[in-house]
Amino acid sequence: MTAGVSIHNVTQRYGTALALDGVSLEIAAGEFVVLLGPSGCGKTTLLNIIGGFAEPTSGTVLIGGRDMAGVAPKDRPTTTVFQDYALFPHMTLAENVGFGLRMRGVVKPARDAKAEEMLSLVGLSGRGTRRPHELSGGQRQRVALARALAVEPDVLLLDEPLGALDLKLRRAMQDELKAIQRRVGTTFVHVTHDQEEAMAIADRIVVMNGGRIEDQGPPRQVYLRPKTLFSAGFMGEVNRIPVKGGQSPLGPLPVADGVLCLRPEAISDRGPLRLGPCRVVETTFFGTHLRATVEPAAAPGFHLTVHLPQGAAPAIGTVLDLGAEDHVVLQEA
Amino acid sequence: MRVLSWVYLALAYAFVFLPVAVLVVFSFQDGRLPVPPFQGVSLDWYAKILGDDDLMAALLNSALVAVVSSLMALILGFLAAHALARVRLPGSVLMRGVLIAPMTVSYLIIALGLLTLFNQTGMRLSLWTAGIGHVVINLPLCFAITYAAMGDHQKNAERAARDLGAPEWKVLLLVSAPMLAAPLAAAFFLSVTFSWDEFIIAFLLTRFDVTLPVEIWSMLKSGLSPATNAVGSLVFLVSVTLVVLLEVFVFRRAK
Repeated sequence: MTAGVSIHNVTQRYGTALALDGVSLEIAAGEFVVLLGPSGCGKTTLLNIIGGFAEPTSGTVLIGGRDMAGVAPKDRPTTTVFQDYALFPHMTLAENVGFGLRMRGVVKPARDAKAEEMLSLVGLSGRGTRRPHELSGGQRQRVALARALAVEPDVLLLDEPLGALDLKLRRAMQDELKAIQRRVGTTFVHVTHDQEEAMAIADRIVVMNGGRIEDQGPPRQVYLRPKTLFSAGFMGEVNRIPVKGGQSPLGPLPVADGVLCLRPEAISDRGPLRLGPCRVVETTFFGTHLRATVEPAAAPGFHLTVHLPQGAAPAIGTVLDLGAEDHVVLQEA
Repeated sequence: MRVLSWVYLALAYAFVFLPVAVLVVFSFQDGRLPVPPFQGVSLDWYAKILGDDDLMAALLNSALVAVVSSLMALILGFLAAHALARVRLPGSVLMRGVLIAPMTVSYLIIALGLLTLFNQTGMRLSLWTAGIGHVVINLPLCFAITYAAMGDHQKNAERAARDLGAPEWKVLLLVSAPMLAAPLAAAFFLSVTFSWDEFIIAFLLTRFDVTLPVEIWSMLKSGLSPATNAVGSLVFLVSVTLVVLLEVFVFRRAK
């Protein structure tokens, strides 16, 4: 079971505050979309509107082509995985997972069979008689996922589902989440503020800021070819070099007017876009790479952050001749 | 100093429990009057009251009124608390205040008010009217206890239940109430205890069928007897049992 979501010109006001400002978004059936942005950017509001927990001030939401205006959460083909799991503490895992089916009038033996199937999907096979308090955070989140998927929703909404887990577990759950999504084929709409998480799981990342969609596309595109400065900065570290009339603080650069954005790992001694000689100011070893702060000879006081290969160990003060392989030029908003 | 504090403790306990102890001791009096000297142990008075049909009927009436009125107070209090905790309404604070206000009114005033109302509306006095009186006094208690226990934890679970397709009454029955089992049980047992030995309202609002405290009152009118002590001891035993059950099954588990 899967369906597309079509959001058209949705605006949400809370008093005078504008939580969503004319957002339009098409989500294809079976797609794994991640809404990414800082807190207060409107991503959770948009998720709540899709789930029916909030009615938009204006605009329409279609799920599977059906207009959702005035349709309560219980009548929508969506279910939600909440950040705090929201499991029912007084029920066993099987009862938790079977709850949605119980509400749909499915008899107990069928519910229990489906619950076991869903629990095994999330790697908790045979634990149906346990209670939520006996589980770890990661296991509870799996139960919440199983519970939401048990009713075979067309669209699964995930509200920062991994936010309460520690980093290592979060990375492990990401892979699992993606694998489960592939297996069930349901449309997933996932909200997070963690761009690494977004890149790890998304078919498409939708970057939001200030109630608007800043940028969207596959992880590679949003990371390497961001459409706005905000998107570039939010997706990862970026060096910004203002360029006007081919002139920059670093000297002449053959790029268009705007802000030249360079990812630290795009800068090396190779690269067609030459940045000139730079003096190493500071280095820090990060395991996968060496992070160096350098000062271009042409622009004292201007600092660039560069990721050098793991094996590189330039002494402070060393002068490197650097160039960039990949770059984008963006306009100030 | 240590000795003094122990003496103080003993005195405090004696002050609280001496009357009850005397009541219980003289319920076993082998004689006609529940006053010193103690003339030996006898269970005759217990046999007498357990064989007294009026008294046993009153005991059953009391149990019935206590359980039914407490259930009503609990359901109404829970629903009110749930609504006021979840929905923002104009005047929420005022409504909360009005719901809790009966706690500050004396039972005598409540009983007189209800008596006037029942007379005006032509409602006959019965166990039902006494039960209504007990709902009035216990509703604020049930409301306050459940309202205090409601938190975001339940709110999120309720949201999840709705999301999974539960209509509102099933959300209340299958999620909200079970998650509040401990405070609900505490409110219920306290209500039962209060209703069980409540006298003034039951006295003014019943007529032919009466509750136990009212029956004891009428026994007292014919003078002191170890039989009244025996009934009093039974009432006390029931109250203590309820409180102990509450402690063991509700408060312990809630920790």
